[in-house]
Amino acid sequence: MRVLFTLLLLLFTLSSKAVTWTVSQSGDIKTITAAIQKANNGDTILVRSGHYKEGNIIVNKEIVLLGIDYPIVDGEFKDEVFSVTANNVVIRHFNIINVGISSLKDKAAIGAENAKNLYLADNKIEMAFFGIHLANCKSSLIENNTLTAAAVNESANGNGIHLWKSDNITVKGNTVDGHRDGIYFEFVTNSHIENNVSKNNLRYGLHFMFSHNNEYSRNLFKKNGSGIAVMYSKGVTMRYNRFEENWGASVFGLLLKDISESIIEYNLFLRNTVAIHMENCSRSNFKGNEFRENGWGIQLQASCDDNLFEKNNFIANSFDMGTNGSMTLNTLAGNYWDKYGGYDLNKDGVGDVPFHPVSLYSMIVEKMPTSVMLWRSFLVFLLDRAEKVIPVVTPENLKDEVPVMKPYDISI
Amino acid sequence: MIKIAKYVLLDILRNKFVILYTFFLLLVTLSMFSLEGNSDKAILSLLNIILMVVPLVSIIFTTIHFFNSYEFIELLLSQPINRKSIFLSEFSAVSLALCLAYLIGVGIPVTLFSQGMDTVYLVLSGMLLTLVFVALAFSASVLTRDKAKGIGLSLLFWFYFTLIYDGFVLYVIYAFSDYPLEKVTLALVSLNPVDLARIIILLKLDISALMGYTGAFYKQFFGSSLGIIYSFLFLLLWAAIPLFISMRKFLKKDI
Repeated sequence: MRVLFTLLLLLFTLSSKAVTWTVSQSGDIKTITAAIQKANNGDTILVRSGHYKEGNIIVNKEIVLLGIDYPIVDGEFKDEVFSVTANNVVIRHFNIINVGISSLKDKAAIGAENAKNLYLADNKIEMAFFGIHLANCKSSLIENNTLTAAAVNESANGNGIHLWKSDNITVKGNTVDGHRDGIYFEFVTNSHIENNVSKNNLRYGLHFMFSHNNEYSRNLFKKNGSGIAVMYSKGVTMRYNRFEENWGASVFGLLLKDISESIIEYNLFLRNTVAIHMENCSRSNFKGNEFRENGWGIQLQASCDDNLFEKNNFIANSFDMGTNGSMTLNTLAGNYWDKYGGYDLNKDGVGDVPFHPVSLYSMIVEKMPTSVMLWRSFLVFLLDRAEKVIPVVTPENLKDEVPVMKPYDISI
Repeated sequence: MIKIAKYVLLDILRNKFVILYTFFLLLVTLSMFSLEGNSDKAILSLLNIILMVVPLVSIIFTTIHFFNSYEFIELLLSQPINRKSIFLSEFSAVSLALCLAYLIGVGIPVTLFSQGMDTVYLVLSGMLLTLVFVALAFSASVLTRDKAKGIGLSLLFWFYFTLIYDGFVLYVIYAFSDYPLEKVTLALVSLNPVDLARIIILLKLDISALMGYTGAFYKQFFGSSLGIIYSFLFLLLWAAIPLFISMRKFLKKDI
């Protein structure tokens, strides 16, 4: 919001001296490229509706590009459409289609390099290779864009919103549908990702690496080919997101690898094969999340340490928790487990006996995946019961000492 | 032969146990579906009952029935009827009674609550399991001389297929866990009718994704029409082979 405000302020102060150019297919200036050549820094270009086929449009001046009634800008499957190299550029209300596919260059509907204070908003991007591609940019706002692609395979399709080595970017209210990765970050820091919808993407709904101190809130990630995978980052905050129906073999609602000092709170995980899979994660807090109807609630690998899981709801999952080692250095406290069979004599809402969320069979499956063929057999039932009474194999210290009797009211 | 089968069937229906069994199955099925809103979940819970109760009841009931009608069989044998038709009519009457019980107790209510391939598989594999365990019970009864031994052997069969065999499989998987075992376990599954029925139904429900690589491999196999034919053929074989063995034994047996 702040970025938007400063941008607008900047626009108003400049507009007194600035010139407004109008591009229309029946007017004097027929192409956007021609208008950009005539314009100076601070000018505004209005583009009337029409079908513009101009190949690659290089935006190398600090200008405002505004579409009127969504003019179609067509890349004819050959070129990148807008290539932004200047600061303070606004691109708004365009319908950008048919971006070129390349295996050498990341061609995008809107590509920007080494720029800052960009405002890319309200565009409809269809059949793009990459949607919005920012490299080495700063302090920009990407807002309310709709990106649709029909990805067939991973090599012929790029990412929806792709950010590389950028800082202080806000990605807000966008919808990404059918790309390779919905939102992809690499070396992106101090950014906010809010209210986006990322669904039906071929690979990951959200995928980031080496991106520290970003905040993800109120996003919806649904039915993505491989779910969500986030890696090698610290200081990640995820709040009020929904991870839904990321279902299939080796698909994860949220895969966390080498994530540390992060906060994952009040998210909803609904009907994923694996809601959260964690490897090498440390010092992170998981609080107030709801795990509902997933295959696995949390797969906590033994390489994770010092994580705290508190006040989460585990409801109707096939397995609440799985782990692959006997040593656990994580804490579970005050969660609600629907499989808890204990009692509460003093009626303080807290169960009197600890709950062990890891079943023997889930450990066996973790170690020997083939043994999944015995799932739901009588033998497995007996083994689990025997282990519940006298734990031998399952980690004795991975337990919730204070499981609550009633689920928390988490409305997301 | 049909005449004998009819008399045996009437005799079975008169002794009320099969009717009780039908009501039990009906009650379980209805309560599962009314307790679980989701029909997939209900089928999953029902699966456990079917894999345990149906084989147990089939095998024990058949064994007891065989020994109880020992005198009747002796009487028939003194008549000019060949042994094969006596044996086959006994088998068909018992399996018909139990299959009917299963169909009324589980088949009809399940199809009322959920329609789909998983339901078809559930009903079909339950019926085949009934046939398999009736055939196994006949071999147990023919192989032994007195009732106690017969029931003992039947129970052993049941224990073996629901528990001991799986323990053995788990041991094999553990011992050879460094090797790719998908095809081996597929073969191992085929050697146990209970496991086969369980996996066919599990794969039909949309939970095979939980079963990881092995599940995907099974799904690829059992999802193809060849796999379906293979699995049901194997279940039929599991009924046919014990039946054939016990019939051969019965033909030569000194009763």
